[in-house]
Amino acid sequence: MPQSSASSMPSTLRPGTEAMQLARVIGDVVITRKDEHLTGVTLLVLQPIAPDGTPAGRTLVAVDAVGAGVGETVFFVRGKEASFPFYPTEVPTDAGVVGIVDHWDLG
Amino acid sequence: MQIARVVGTVVATQKHRTFEGAKLLLVQPLTLDDKPRGTALLAVDALGAGVHEKVLVVMEGRAAGEALGRKLAPVDAAVVGIIDTVDVTE
Repeated sequence: MPQSSASSMPSTLRPGTEAMQLARVIGDVVITRKDEHLTGVTLLVLQPIAPDGTPAGRTLVAVDAVGAGVGETVFFVRGKEASFPFYPTEVPTDAGVVGIVDHWDLG
Repeated sequence: MQIARVVGTVVATQKHRTFEGAKLLLVQPLTLDDKPRGTALLAVDALGAGVHEKVLVVMEGRAAGEALGRKLAPVDAAVVGIIDTVDVTE
């Protein structure tokens, strides 16, 4: 499993990683005892990727707002905005998958 | 959110009033192969997680306050789930 060890800072504080990013869905997480607002929400393990498809940065767990699955390339948002797709339920999350990527092109 | 292992508990008598009755845990973030990643941090816990358990930690202020059930609590990390399994297939 590729892991970045470039920084020990929280990923949300690293320059260049605040905005939406591409990622590969590489797994999922099952939790039974949880915050009630996470009931029915799918949790995915994401590996952020660079535009060339190589792993870029730490893996993370994100909520899924679009029905993504393992093996797909997605884009995700960080911060409290990740809970907006579930409004008015206030899902406690700091990362959320908000789109499944069909393809991307580099100019 | 990050996968972490509960490695300890923190007791503080003098603290902001919104922390009263809240459980504070020391959690060590993990890589997907269960190795420590970075420095252990403090997270509030409303689920009753215990030492050695693997948990899901949210690191965002508003979400952490919600997990604690208190808005405007000065917190930025909270345990939101106790992990049964992590299935990584790639």
